Amino acid sequence: MFLLLQANTTELYSLRDLMLIAPELILTVCGCVALVMEVVLPYRKSKWTAYFALVSIGLAAASLASLYFANRDLFPLDGFYGMLRIDGFAILFKAIFLIGAALTVAVSMRYLDVEGEQHGEYYALVLFATVGMMFLACGFDLISLYISLELMALTFYVLVAFTKREKRSNEAAMKYFLLGAFSSGILLYGMSLLYGVAGSTNLGEIGRSIGVALQPSVNELGMMTSGIPLRPLILLGVIALSAGLFFKISAVPFHMWAPDAYEGAPTPVTAFLSTGSKAASFALYLRIFTEALGGLRGTALDWAPLVAIVAAITILVGNWAAVTQENSKRLLAYSSISNAGYVLLGLVAGNSYGYIGIVIYLLVYTLMNIGAFGIIISLRRRGIIGDNVNDMAGLAQKAPGMAAMMAIFMLSLGGLPATGGFIGKYFLFGGLLQRGRLEEKSWYYWLAAWAIINTVVSFYYYVRFIKVMYLGERVADDRPLALSPALRAALVVSLIGVIIIGIYPQPFIDLAQKLITPLTAGALAFR
Amino acid sequence: MINYLSLLILQGATDSRVSSAWDGIKQPDLSKFLVIAALLFIIGVMGVLVRRNIIVIFMSIELILNAANLNFIAFSRYLFNTGSPNAIAGQVFTVFIIVVAAAEAAIGLGIVIALYRNRETIWVDEIDLLKW
Repeated sequence: MFLLLQANTTELYSLRDLMLIAPELILTVCGCVALVMEVVLPYRKSKWTAYFALVSIGLAAASLASLYFANRDLFPLDGFYGMLRIDGFAILFKAIFLIGAALTVAVSMRYLDVEGEQHGEYYALVLFATVGMMFLACGFDLISLYISLELMALTFYVLVAFTKREKRSNEAAMKYFLLGAFSSGILLYGMSLLYGVAGSTNLGEIGRSIGVALQPSVNELGMMTSGIPLRPLILLGVIALSAGLFFKISAVPFHMWAPDAYEGAPTPVTAFLSTGSKAASFALYLRIFTEALGGLRGTALDWAPLVAIVAAITILVGNWAAVTQENSKRLLAYSSISNAGYVLLGLVAGNSYGYIGIVIYLLVYTLMNIGAFGIIISLRRRGIIGDNVNDMAGLAQKAPGMAAMMAIFMLSLGGLPATGGFIGKYFLFGGLLQRGRLEEKSWYYWLAAWAIINTVVSFYYYVRFIKVMYLGERVADDRPLALSPALRAALVVSLIGVIIIGIYPQPFIDLAQKLITPLTAGALAFR
Repeated sequence: MINYLSLLILQGATDSRVSSAWDGIKQPDLSKFLVIAALLFIIGVMGVLVRRNIIVIFMSIELILNAANLNFIAFSRYLFNTGSPNAIAGQVFTVFIIVVAAAEAAIGLGIVIALYRNRETIWVDEIDLLKW
């Protein structure tokens, strides 16, 4: 009897499968423990939960590293009957999410103290959101991708509404929730059409059967078919999928939720939303569009022009709308919209340059954006929200170190050479040029030129922060900033990351190249 | 796989010619489910865009989810008839969607209550602190 049971369980899922998701399992268990800690600990000691969350993220990172070093020659590894695929792509994105989550927890502690909302479940929610993101990076089946997307999105709705006495937080959560649920519905409709066309929910099988459907072949009646009867269904599915995903990454026709949600949400949540959630949505986007729909490139149903147009408009609108903003969280929200446009360029390029650019840019973006929001958090105190651009006035005299950090983050967001942001943009634009040369199509060059012109515009509003900090008139508020050790550590870590990637990017590029190549090769082989 | 795709193509070509209206009602084919799902989807999208009450917008979103559910079930049944090994995946997906939709409803209504406590309105026109 026991033997039979054992045989059955090994049949259903093996220990090896569980080892593949060890980092996520650690985070899930620790998230549940954090929920219990909230009940057990008195309010004064709620910070212990934060430190516990940091430790659990560290454990998950260690387990991720050991997973990588134990299996790096075996990638890609499939687990749970093709539900998950662990490869270099997944490992890289998971590392980005863990870095983002750790920095977010570190910058959250002081903010929640000021708001009087220091609750343990906040950290549990951050951990659960991270679990969702990590499964998004390694999901290889529409079902697992949808579940992990919703796990991430649902926890973020709650996080945005976390300061529940704050009217702006309520309103931001409401808008984010309605539009997020709406976009999930559209995405799901696209997935259902894709399932109908391909007859499978596995991304690899979808890719294969769409490739078959589009190949010219002779059917039973002796007529030439080139998948034409299925073409409207595929087209509708691709459009619905793209619309849903454009919502999630806040690309332009579907971007209006982002400024509202970013402005109203508690600042650390905004930081996590603009980095972790966005990176995870890009992971989902890349997975679906290279593994399942990669075969459509170069056919009549090529999605690259659609993505290129959306990227071009996104860059334009994001940058120009940011110019007039007075609220710094809202300004950074528009900046994050334009950055989504830049990252989309890597998908349009679709070569190894572009993919390296996407990964490095998302990593640097996580560091510099959480850093910038960390500075905004340090301005917050009882009675002063500190999220106006003019609240930074006089920061250079009051706290020269903080002002210098903010200046570096801003220049890096703009993409000044010798900062991390430049390396990411260099690879994204370089990928476009390479693709244009390969396909001998001029619109790739025009797209790159367009992006570069708009980057110049973006310097206007990034430099505005620096101008206000260094040249602005000194405001009445000259009390020193109250920094917590965790916030300071997070800022320093972000700064070091941005500078190291900017000055000595070679190890990161090598790592990204080594880990991303299989994905690119797979997508190319298909074509 | 190729077999399934060609069947899908052939079925669409022959059914509309041969079957009478009454046959179609007695044994509806795939296309009718797809049309109903598409109608549900459109009604849902229009509801989200046009209505001004948060609860009604939320109900419209549920309609969109159910359109996807209906698609999954119809395709699953169709794949089962064609002998595809993956036919059950659509039904599994639907169960997951229903569960997630329930969780989403709980969170959404929680947010609505938090909003109503502070603002005493559930009309989206009056929720306008954050703009531009």
